[in-house]
Amino acid sequence: MMTASDQERLFAALPTQDTPAMTRLHARLADEAQRDGVLDVAYRTLDTPVGRLLLAATGQGLVKVAFSVQDHDAVLRQLADSISPRILNAPGRLDETSRQLDEYFTGQRKRFELPLDWRLSKGFRREVLTHLRDIGYGRTESYAQVAAAAGSPRAVRAVGTACATNPLPLVVPCHRVVRSDGSAGGYAGGPDAKLTLLALEAA
Amino acid sequence: MQPFEQIVTDHGPMVLRVCRAVVGPHDAEDAWSETFLSAMKAYPDLPPDANIEAWLVTIAHRKAIDVTRADARRPTPVEEIPERPSDAGRPEGWDGDLWQALKALPTRQRQAVAYHYLAGLPYKEIAAVSGGSTDAARRAAADGIKTLRRTYLRPAEQREVAR
Repeated sequence: MMTASDQERLFAALPTQDTPAMTRLHARLADEAQRDGVLDVAYRTLDTPVGRLLLAATGQGLVKVAFSVQDHDAVLRQLADSISPRILNAPGRLDETSRQLDEYFTGQRKRFELPLDWRLSKGFRREVLTHLRDIGYGRTESYAQVAAAAGSPRAVRAVGTACATNPLPLVVPCHRVVRSDGSAGGYAGGPDAKLTLLALEAA
Repeated sequence: MQPFEQIVTDHGPMVLRVCRAVVGPHDAEDAWSETFLSAMKAYPDLPPDANIEAWLVTIAHRKAIDVTRADARRPTPVEEIPERPSDAGRPEGWDGDLWQALKALPTRQRQAVAYHYLAGLPYKEIAAVSGGSTDAARRAAADGIKTLRRTYLRPAEQREVAR
């Protein structure tokens, strides 16, 4: 019988963790998966004034933006269930998104020009979100105004739900929808994040 | 289902150790890459109760055979094989002596040793991966370890004493 310490001595020369090798192999896997068309979802994180964002893209475009308060691990598991578990941390696909977000946060960009994958939003919610793209930088609308613009003036609560479940916050500007009394209202990234964005755009 | 990223993080290092032990430093990263690319393709169809380690080792076993065969068909790049493999400064530079000792084992013994002691698979699973009976897998691992003690551990101890 071999004892545990014998095993350790015997295989001590084979590192259990070889970080440089794993980094290299991970990058190669991401490249080859992309090449073979099996990288269904690529993601990365990006540090911003509203905290660390999770950015995820399919081959069609940006599919999910999540704040850290939304628990990135939980979001990735949801993406695995709703889109595909073939998910890798592969920043390359998010280069352009990251660049435009950086520009936005430094005040150099007023509008995002990115291919979007809308598959995580359906029906009325999607109609609402599509309309939000018409609310320009630095402007706001009330939930009631958005409901009217979406053709359902009485669906104020549903507009709130559509904003709260927006899979693409920031890029689809649900932060520009505020309460009729002028207060900011809720936000997936937390009320402070919403105020930060409104202040940024008012500057 | 877990994102595949999690599978790479959780099991990538173990599979790398297995590849290094089975095909050696020169081919290990090719074998690892082929294994994980193939695993990623098949991953959505993996049954929820599957044993992930055994599944990955099964793929690695096949890919190691492919990589070794492909390598055997290529002319040997002589300049890449120094007389005494050095591990100084190379990222894949684990102990050349251990690989020399593993390489000298019959393939089945080397596989059984790696799958049991590095991947932690029970002998029944190893038999399913590489064919043969559970008892044969157990014997192959035991014989492999016995030889490694003689060819690798003891000379290493003697070197220690000589220092």
